[in-house]
Amino acid sequence: MAGFDKVVSSYEEALAGLTDNMTVIAGGFGLCGIPENLIAEIKRKNIKGLTLVSNNCGVDNFGLGLLLPGRQIKKIIASYVGENAEFERQMMSGELEVELTPQGTLAEKMRAGGAGIPAFFTATGVGTPVAEGKEERNFNGRDYILEKAIVGDFAIVKAWKADRYGNLVFRKTARNFNPLAATAGKITVVEVEEIVAVGELDPDQIHTPGIYVNRLILGGFEKRIEQRTVRPSSSVKGE
Amino acid sequence: MALSREQIAQRVAQELQDGFYVNLGIGIPTLVANFIPKGIDVMLQSENGLLGMGQFPTEDDIDADLINAGKQTVTMVAGASVFDSAASFAMIRGGHVDLTVLGAFEVDVNGNIASYMIPGKLIKGMGGAMDLVAGADNIIVTMTHASKHGVSKLLNSCSLPLTGKGCIKKVLTDLAFIEIKDGKFYLLERAPGVSVAEIITLTEGELVVNGDIPEMQF
Repeated sequence: MAGFDKVVSSYEEALAGLTDNMTVIAGGFGLCGIPENLIAEIKRKNIKGLTLVSNNCGVDNFGLGLLLPGRQIKKIIASYVGENAEFERQMMSGELEVELTPQGTLAEKMRAGGAGIPAFFTATGVGTPVAEGKEERNFNGRDYILEKAIVGDFAIVKAWKADRYGNLVFRKTARNFNPLAATAGKITVVEVEEIVAVGELDPDQIHTPGIYVNRLILGGFEKRIEQRTVRPSSSVKGE
Repeated sequence: MALSREQIAQRVAQELQDGFYVNLGIGIPTLVANFIPKGIDVMLQSENGLLGMGQFPTEDDIDADLINAGKQTVTMVAGASVFDSAASFAMIRGGHVDLTVLGAFEVDVNGNIASYMIPGKLIKGMGGAMDLVAGADNIIVTMTHASKHGVSKLLNSCSLPLTGKGCIKKVLTDLAFIEIKDGKFYLLERAPGVSVAEIITLTEGELVVNGDIPEMQF
C-alpha cells in the first residue's frame, strides 16, 4: 500500500486484524448491496463473538445468515430479522442477543458515529419498547428519546465502482446503508465490482470520498435476489 | 360485505392528491399503487432509498441492485432518485412525505398503533415502521376490523407492544373508514352493505356515530 492507494489483493488481507468479540458494521438492505465476499471471509476465518450492526441478517444460507450455523454472532443490532429460520431459533433460545432498532434510527446511529456525534434525539420509538431505559426530553412540546451513535471496529461495505484511492460510487438501491457504514468503521473495508484509475471518476459523482476507506478489494458477486417479482413482458406500460 | 384487500387499497387511493410523495407499507398498502386515480401524479417513496418507484420489472429488466423495502425487484419511473438510508429517513422523519399508508395489528382510541411484534410469537422487527409513524403527519392505517373470531382490533388500549404513541388519526378497515380524535373513534364511512350496528359490535373502543353514515363509493 502506497500513499492513498487502498487496494489490497486478497480477502485475507482485507480483513486482517479482525478478531473475536469485535463490533462489525455491515452495509446492505436484505441481500441487496451486501458485502458478500467479506462476509464469506468472516465465516472462513471463523471469528466468534461478533457484535454485528446491520439492517438485516441475511437468509439461511446467504449473506450474514452464513455466520449463524457456526454461532459466530453474539449480538446483532438490526431493524428487521425475519426470513431466517436459524436466526429465529438462536434468538428464541437466547443464544443470540438481538437489539431491534428502528431503521431510521439505525441509519442515523451509523451516520452520527461516523460524524463524531455521540448521540442524538429522535421522536422515533417514543412510548414503545425501544424507549425503555433511554433519556427522554421535550423540545417544542414534543417528546424525544436519546439514541447513541455506533462506531464499529470494522465496517464492511459493498460499492459498485471505486478508484484506487477508495473514492466510491454506489449503484441504485444497493447504496442503502453502505455509505453510512463506510463512515462508521475504525477500519472500513470496501469490496467493489470495478476499480478504475485515479482521476477517472468525476469528483461531482463520488458518493463516498476515499478518506473513509482503509482497504479496497475487487470482488465477484452473486447478487442473489430475495424476492424476484416480475410482470409479464406483454403488459408494456410506460414506466 | 366486508371489503377485499383490493377494495381497501382502492378506497385509500381516493385519498391521494396530485403531487403527493407517498410511502406505502408492505401488504395491502402496496396494492394502493395499482389504484392511483387517473390524471394525478404520485411519487412513491421506498425507505430503502428510492423516490419514484415504478412497477415490477419484466424478466429481462430484473436488476438485483434495484429493490423496494419489501425486498421485491422493482423499476424506477422517469424523474426517480436514489439515496442512502439516512437521507431516506431524513425525508420520513423530517415530515417531507405527504402520505404514509401502513398496516397494523391493533390501534386504539388514543391513536396508538401496534404493528410489529407479538411477544413470544412474531418477533421480526419494526423495520422502518416506527420512523414512519413518528415522522409522518398524514397516516392511513389499513387493517381488518376484527380477527376471524370476531375480536376487535380497534381497542380502548393496545395490548401489544406499541410501534408509535398517539400518532394515528385515520384507519381504513374492511368494514369502515374511521377517524381518531379526542380519545374516540369517529365513524366516517362504512363498507357497502355493512350496517352501523355491525361496526359498533366489532369496535371495542368508543365509537362516535354522527347522523347517517354514508357507504364508501368506488
